[in-house]
Amino acid sequence: MNLLTALLAAPLVAFLIALCIPRSSAQASRLWALISSLAIFGMSLGLLNWFDRNASGEQFTLDVPWISSPDIHFAISVNAISFWLILLTTLLTPLCVLLSWRSIHERVKEFFAFLLLLEFGLVGVFMAQDLFLFYVFWEICLVPMYFLIGIWGHDRRIYAAVKFFLYTMAGSVLMLVAIIYIYNRALTFNYTTIVELLASGRLTFSPAEQLWLFLAFFFAFAIKVPLFPLHTWLPDAHVEAPSAGSVMLASVMLKMGTYGILHFCLPLFPAAATQCAPWIVVLAIIGIIYGALVAMVQPNMKKLVAYSSVSHLGFVILGIFSFTQQGMDGAVYQMLNHGISTGALFVIVGLLYERRHSLEIKDYGGVATAAPWLSIAFLITTLASIGLPMLNNFVGEFLVLQGAAISNYTWAIFASIGVILSACYMLWMYQRVFYGEVNPEVRSHVFDLNGREWATVIPLIAMMVWMGMYSQSFLPPVGKVTARVLQQVQSNVPMRVAIPARTEAANAR
Amino acid sequence: MPVSGGYMTAADAIRFLPEIILTVMGALLMVLDPIIAKRSSKAFGHLSILALVAAGAAAIYAYQTPGNAFGDMLVVDGFATFFRVLVVVVGILTILPSYRFLARQEAETGEFHALLLFSITGQCIMAAANDLIIIFIGLEISSIASYILAGYLRDDKRANESALKYFLLGSFATAFFLYGVAVIYGSTGTTNLSAVRAQLMGPDAAPALFVGLAAALMFVGLAFKVSAAPFQVWAPDVYQGAPTPVTAFLSAGPKAAAFAIFLRIFLTAFEPIRHGWEPLVWGSALLSMTIGNFAALQQSNIKRMLAYSSVAHAGYVLVALTARPEVGTSAAMFYLAAYAFMNVGAFAVVSHLSGRGERYVSIDDFAGLGVKQPLTAAMFAIFLLSLIGVPLTGGFFGKFYIFRAALESHLVWLSVLGLLNSAVAAYYYLRILVVMYMKEPSEAANKVEPLGLGLRLALIVPAIATLFLGIFPNWVLDFAGKSANFVK
Repeated sequence: MNLLTALLAAPLVAFLIALCIPRSSAQASRLWALISSLAIFGMSLGLLNWFDRNASGEQFTLDVPWISSPDIHFAISVNAISFWLILLTTLLTPLCVLLSWRSIHERVKEFFAFLLLLEFGLVGVFMAQDLFLFYVFWEICLVPMYFLIGIWGHDRRIYAAVKFFLYTMAGSVLMLVAIIYIYNRALTFNYTTIVELLASGRLTFSPAEQLWLFLAFFFAFAIKVPLFPLHTWLPDAHVEAPSAGSVMLASVMLKMGTYGILHFCLPLFPAAATQCAPWIVVLAIIGIIYGALVAMVQPNMKKLVAYSSVSHLGFVILGIFSFTQQGMDGAVYQMLNHGISTGALFVIVGLLYERRHSLEIKDYGGVATAAPWLSIAFLITTLASIGLPMLNNFVGEFLVLQGAAISNYTWAIFASIGVILSACYMLWMYQRVFYGEVNPEVRSHVFDLNGREWATVIPLIAMMVWMGMYSQSFLPPVGKVTARVLQQVQSNVPMRVAIPARTEAANAR
Repeated sequence: MPVSGGYMTAADAIRFLPEIILTVMGALLMVLDPIIAKRSSKAFGHLSILALVAAGAAAIYAYQTPGNAFGDMLVVDGFATFFRVLVVVVGILTILPSYRFLARQEAETGEFHALLLFSITGQCIMAAANDLIIIFIGLEISSIASYILAGYLRDDKRANESALKYFLLGSFATAFFLYGVAVIYGSTGTTNLSAVRAQLMGPDAAPALFVGLAAALMFVGLAFKVSAAPFQVWAPDVYQGAPTPVTAFLSAGPKAAAFAIFLRIFLTAFEPIRHGWEPLVWGSALLSMTIGNFAALQQSNIKRMLAYSSVAHAGYVLVALTARPEVGTSAAMFYLAAYAFMNVGAFAVVSHLSGRGERYVSIDDFAGLGVKQPLTAAMFAIFLLSLIGVPLTGGFFGKFYIFRAALESHLVWLSVLGLLNSAVAAYYYLRILVVMYMKEPSEAANKVEPLGLGLRLALIVPAIATLFLGIFPNWVLDFAGKSANFVK
């Protein structure tokens, strides 16, 4: 039993215990969800003690045979990227519990049980090193999220839930074909072993094979990210989901896609990845600009934030496929940033909805007068989201744009349009919701943050500031891993661009 | 083939013990019917379960000394034992929910249970048969009992239609099969599967035309029995009209047994002409998956929907048949076991909710079951997720092994189309989850009876089995892998 297994098992145990709590005592369900998710967060922080920040490889490796034929192992480990994402997951889960404390009053037990099951699936996705196990966790995440949207969502929840499920399912069955195909050639599901086999030349895929396999994986991941034009499930799912669902969906589940691309697609199929990169980058840039433009005209706050996610995730894809150290570091950082800042946006929009029972921008106005502290929290989050220096998104976007510029200046120019547009739509929304004449309904219903809500918002704002002011706490370990990925990509294909070796060297210029 | 010496040896008797037990109990139930009918109607169910447990034990006992019986007519190998135990378990899981069902329809008689036992006897014979004549006898015993079971509620118009359709089309299919047997006997001079195989591989093999004709005729007959496209048209009407526990039984027991003989005939006797029949099976597999899934999308009656879904699942198993026999057979066996549990479980929920006269069988009747009876709904959710093929359920591993076998045999397109098909299928299974958990309770959900012990078992046992097959598939898969080598 290693430490990682304990961290993975904890949410599952918490889920099973949550199932045993009697339906009648809703408060017990809430308390259990809060206590257990805080304990799990504590465990993941504790793991940080043993985590080697200088290693580029996998840590806490555990490999136990699970099924003998085909040879499936329960193989888990983490590297810096997946570990930060796991911390993000375990941080957000208790916050989601707090956020749902009052807003969920029907079938409370099931809600919190599903939230814990979701945490289990997400933590598993980021740990799995066996392709089969990865697929298992990938699909497990689908089930609780489907129920969270479908049962506790808003008016069009059923449509959104089914669409979400089917889109992901359609993508993932293709990934399953590719996984089985790889197994039949490599005779193992173990990701590290497969990469070694590929590197040593004992396992080779023809260019056509590599392209098809890459596309099968990429399709599944691109739906999840979502990459334009596969994004249409996202606005529906985000808008219809309950607040906690939107937070988990935007902050963590979208990262499953980008993490998958970075962790599986690139090292396994480097040649195909480089070959497809220009096309993917074009789609990413279209997503950046299109997402921002569509966000601008949304009358619904959640939908606006949802489209802004399409735009932000475009940056992540751009960073990854720039194949530069800066771009990849920025992409990973942007994954975390988006998790924090968009998570916070959905949290505060959720708090507004709890008070005013509307998501329409026109139903608000003058919230700053009625609830000044809530407005300040939202303002900081807005500024973080549009990439103000000293706040987290700036660091990520800067690195991504720098990486893009090293690869191709045109990419950087077009992508930076997205940064400008993000300021437009976010500030315009802020103006309409928080300033202006005080809407009478707002005056009577919208009150300021209470203690529980402060506890939900403060950690996120603290993270925004920390990640914006001192990225050194987070970036160096990430750089080790991305450097390894980059080297795996380059060792397999001729380099297209000269790539500076280290971030610091580039920064120094 | 003459029986050796004309006597039944002790070894023969042991290898035939499951069938003997079931036949004796079936006959006994018919005799007891007038004696205990009114006083304690539950006794029929208890006695049948007792007989089935004994038959299952006998099947396992017989496997301790595997070998042939009655000359080479029967063969008790791992494959036969696997399917014998499977159909016996399906029988038990059919009887458990039928206590309440029959009481509700005021139709508790011994004949229901006797027919069920006879049908299972036929399926056990099919599982162990190694001779085309015995296969035919098993098929007929199983089918004729099933025809009557489909029309068991004789005052119900739909049940009558169901029985008549099943009988007419079923007899027609059996005739096709029998015609194929005749052609084989005419051209090779034997009905023993191993002997046919040897003849076809020998120097003076029978003319390809006749053998091909025979294989095609048998394929038609068997494709009908497993409800594979384009011979699936009977399935929706029969499944919809038959009493729900019978539908559950039809979709699992006879189907598994029919697949057992399908695999045995085509992978022993007809293996030498594999290249000839492979395209047929390939086409039928793709057609079954596509027709089954797309037709199921349109249904509002849950039994009809599950009928189309069962056509699609037959397609998945046929995919396994086109793969290399070593991996394909064990994949098919695993899939059939997983499918039997999840489908029988799903039908148990349907029969629980259906009410008197089976009034509540539309998908909308399941609305709000998640609130009204969370345990039933949760079990149903497990079965549905398994039918979709979500990991950690038996249905997922079944699909995984089948498509792995197919990919190993380089059937990339069939795998891609098959798996995309399963994404389509997700839509109609999700519809049930949607109404069950996300809609206001319906009249049916408000009237649902509390769960009795029988039903509780009939739901929880398959649910545990489904999850067990999904998390620890090794146990069954190892056995399937060992038994996949037929006696040739």
